[in-house]
Amino acid sequence: MATQAAIELRNITKTFGHVVANKNVSLTVARGEILSILGENGSGKTTLMNMISGIYFPDEGEIFIDGKEAVITSPKDAFDYKIGMIHQHFKLVDVFSATENIVLGLNEAGKYNLEAAEDRVKTICERYGFEVEPKKKVYTMSVSEKQTVEIIKVLYRGADILILDEPTAVLTPQETQKLFAVLRRMRDDGKAIIIITHKLHEVLSLSDRVAVLRKGEYIGTVNTAETNEAELTEMMVGKKIELNIHRSEPKNTVPRLEVHHIDCTNREGVLVLDDVSFTANSGEILGIAGIAGSGQRELLEAIAGLQKLDSGAVLYNNPQTGNMDNLCSKTPLQIRELGVRLSFVPEDRLGMGLVGNMDIVDNMMLRSYTKGKGVFLERKPPKELAEHIIDELEVVTPGVNTPVRRLSGGNVQKVLVGREIAAAPTVFMAAYPVRGLDINSSYTIYNLLNQQKEQGVAVIFVGEDLDVLLELCDRILVIGSGRVNGIVDARTATKEEIGLLMTKTDGGKQNG
Amino acid sequence: MADTTVKKHREPLLHIAKRDDMVWWKACLIRLSAILLALLLVGIISSLLTGEGFGGVYSIMLRGAFGRIFQGKTSLLWRFFQQTAILLCLSLAVTPAFKMRFWNCGAEGQALIGGLAAMVCMMKLGGKMPEWLLIVVIVVFSCLAGAVWGVIPALFKAHYKTNETLFTLMMNYVATQIVAYYVYLTGKGSGIIQPVSTGNLPVIAGLPYLLNILIVCVLMVVLFVYLKYSKHGYEIAVVGESQNTARYIGIRVKKVIIRTMLLSGALCGVAGLLLVAGTDHSINTNTVGGQGFTAIMVSWLGHFNPFVMALISGLVVFLRSGAGKVADSFFLNGSFADIVSGVVILFLVGCEFFIRYSVKIRRGKKGGNA
Repeated sequence: MATQAAIELRNITKTFGHVVANKNVSLTVARGEILSILGENGSGKTTLMNMISGIYFPDEGEIFIDGKEAVITSPKDAFDYKIGMIHQHFKLVDVFSATENIVLGLNEAGKYNLEAAEDRVKTICERYGFEVEPKKKVYTMSVSEKQTVEIIKVLYRGADILILDEPTAVLTPQETQKLFAVLRRMRDDGKAIIIITHKLHEVLSLSDRVAVLRKGEYIGTVNTAETNEAELTEMMVGKKIELNIHRSEPKNTVPRLEVHHIDCTNREGVLVLDDVSFTANSGEILGIAGIAGSGQRELLEAIAGLQKLDSGAVLYNNPQTGNMDNLCSKTPLQIRELGVRLSFVPEDRLGMGLVGNMDIVDNMMLRSYTKGKGVFLERKPPKELAEHIIDELEVVTPGVNTPVRRLSGGNVQKVLVGREIAAAPTVFMAAYPVRGLDINSSYTIYNLLNQQKEQGVAVIFVGEDLDVLLELCDRILVIGSGRVNGIVDARTATKEEIGLLMTKTDGGKQNG
Repeated sequence: MADTTVKKHREPLLHIAKRDDMVWWKACLIRLSAILLALLLVGIISSLLTGEGFGGVYSIMLRGAFGRIFQGKTSLLWRFFQQTAILLCLSLAVTPAFKMRFWNCGAEGQALIGGLAAMVCMMKLGGKMPEWLLIVVIVVFSCLAGAVWGVIPALFKAHYKTNETLFTLMMNYVATQIVAYYVYLTGKGSGIIQPVSTGNLPVIAGLPYLLNILIVCVLMVVLFVYLKYSKHGYEIAVVGESQNTARYIGIRVKKVIIRTMLLSGALCGVAGLLLVAGTDHSINTNTVGGQGFTAIMVSWLGHFNPFVMALISGLVVFLRSGAGKVADSFFLNGSFADIVSGVVILFLVGCEFFIRYSVKIRRGKKGGNA
C-alpha cells in the first residue's frame, strides 16, 4: 500500500491476573479503509481497542500512529492522536440536547457558543449523511439516534481513526444498513475505521479487511473479497463447524399457554406491555423478536409470575388435569403449587437465574431446596443433579463446589439451562439464552431447545439475532414498544419483513 | 495528523492484578503475618512512648489481658473469656442480618432494650414467683424486647424500603434514652440502680461467668448450623446475594427480612440478658458500652463464620484490656487502647487487599523512540 498505516499495533500483550486477554497482537489499518476485528466473545477484541483508546495500557508491545510510536495512557491522549472510540454502551447525558452532549467536556478556545457548535454539527451531518436534530434531547432519542450522536461526538473532536465496538448489536436491520452507508462515506473521506463485531455477514458486507482474534491470540488478517463465512468461522473457532440448525416439523401441537390482552405498567408508570395476546403451542418454538427493551423481559416475567399485570389473563392448559389455570397475579411459588411446570431462563443469568457466589450444588438447590422434610437442607440430590449436568452438557468447571461466577459465560448458561430442563417443564422460556456465548455453546443451547420442542414442550425463545430466529423457530412474534406488531411464520418470513414489524409504530394490533 | 511532538514514556510503574482465589492456608498466613506485623508496630510505638523495652511492653499487655495465670490467679482470665463471650454474642446476633445484606447497626440498642426488659422483670417480679420461673420470664421478655427493637426497622424496610442503617442507628438513641429515663425513675435521682439479687442467672461450679460463656458457645454452634445447613439459612443467603433471584425462585423476600431481623434482635436481647442478669445485675446507659458497634466489625472480619468470629472477638478483647493495662501503667490516657486496636484492625483489614490482588512491578521496556 502506498500510504502509511494510520495505526499500527506491534506485538501487543495484555494480561489480567492469569488471564491473557491479548497475546502478541499485530495489525495495521490504513486511511480510507474499514478493518473488522472479528472474534468470539472473550477473544480480546474490546480489550485491544481499549488499549488504543487509552483505557488500558499494554503490558508489552508498541502502538504506532502515522509511523511514529505513540504512548496512550488516557482517553485524553487518544483524542490528541485523533482516535475516537464509540463504545457499546453509550455515554450521554439524557437531559442534554445532541449538541450539548457533543461539546460536553470539550475545552474549546473562545466563548462557549452553542449556536456555532450547532452549525458545525450540521456541517458534519451533511457531509456524511447523518440524520440527527442538533437540538433534540437525548432522552427522546431512539437507540440509533443516540449512536449517531456518539459518532458525531468523536468526529466533532476531529477524530480520523474511529473505533466502533459492536455498533450493530442494538440496531434493526434497516438502521444497520443506514449506519453502514455512513461508515462507507467516512471511509471514502479518508478516515481509518475499525469495527468490532462477531456477526459474519456484517463483516463480509462492510469491511475491506478482517483481522481475526481467537482466545486473545491474533490469527491473521484476510481481505474480505477473498474470503467467505466458512473460512472466517474456522479462523474464529479453530476448527470446522456445521452452522446449520436442524428444524423439525412440530408434532401433536396443542395450545399450552394462552395469553389474553395483558397490560403491564412498570415502576416508572410507563406502559411496558400493551394489550399483548398470543398462544404458545406444545411441541413448537415460538420466537420473540424486537428491539431490546420493547417489553420482552416484562412479558416473560409476567408469565413466570414476577410482574404484576394491570389486566388480562395468562391461561395454562394443564396436561395433568385438563383444566385451564389462570397464572395471572400468582407468585412463582403458587404457580409451582398448581402443578404448572414452567421453566424460565432469564436474561440476567447471574443476577436472577443463578447466584454467582454460590457453588453449582447450591445453585441447583434454588429450585428444590424446599423439598424434603424438616428444617435442614438436603444437599445430596442437588449434588447428583449438578454432577449429571456437568457430565451431560460438558460443563467445564474445576468441580461441583466452584462458585458459578468463576465459570465462563457459556458454562454458566449450561448450568442454568440444565437446571431448568431438569425440572421436566411443559413450558420453557428463555430470554437471550446465547448472549455472550461462543459459537459452540450457542449451538449446544439451540440443540437443547430443539430437544425440548421434540419432547412436546412449548418453547418460548426471545432472541436478538434475526438469522437465528428465522432458522430455529416455528413462529415469530414481533414485539415493538410493548405491543404485538405481528406473528409470522418463520419458515416463510424474511429478515426485512421482521425488521419493518419491529419498528412499526402505527399501533397496528394483531391477535395471534 | 497527529502532533509531531514525541511524548515521553510515562507508563505506570506498578500495576495491580486481581488474583484467583487463594489457597486457604496462604490467606491465613497473610492474615497472621498482618497481625504479627501490627503487634510489632504496636510494640515500637509503645516503647517509644513509654521508654519501656520491647519485652516489657508485651508482658504488661499479656498481664493486662490474662492476669497472672502462672501465679494461679485466674480471675482476669475469666473476665477475658466473659468479655469475649459478650462481644461474640453481639457479633453472632448481627451476622444473619449481614448475610442478608441488611445492615443492622442497632445491636447496641437491641441489646440495651433486652437488658432493660431483664432489669424490669428482676425488679418488679423478683420475690413474687419462684426463682426458676422468674428466670424463664426474664429470658422470654429479653428476647422479645430485642426482637421487637430489631423488627421495627425490618418492617419499614420490607414494606416501605426505608434505609435500615439510619433506622437502626436511630433506634439506638431511643433505647439509650429509655434506659436513662428508667434509671432516673428507679434510682431516685442518684443516677444508679443498686445491683438486684433476684432473677440472677445461676452460678455454676462457683465460677460467676461460666454460664454466660457456655450459653454463647452453644449459640455459636447453633448459628453456624443454622446459617449453613438449614433452609432458613439458605434463604437468607439467597436474599442477601440477589433479591431478584429470590423473587425468581419464589422466596418471599419480605418474610425472610422480617424473620431474620426477629432472630437478630432476639440474639441481641440475649446479649443484654447476659449483661444484666448474668453479669452486672444492674443497668445503665453504658451497659453495652459500644460493643454493639464493635460487633459489626467482628462479624465482617470473621467473614460471617461464627468460629472465626470467636477468635476475632478474643483478639479485640485482648487488645482492649492489654493496651488498657499499658496505658494505666505508664499514665497514658485511654486513647492508647483505641490506637492499639486501631492499628491491629487496620492491618487486618488492609491485608485483605493482598489476598485479593497482587502487585507487580512493570517490566522495563526496551528503549527506542520513533
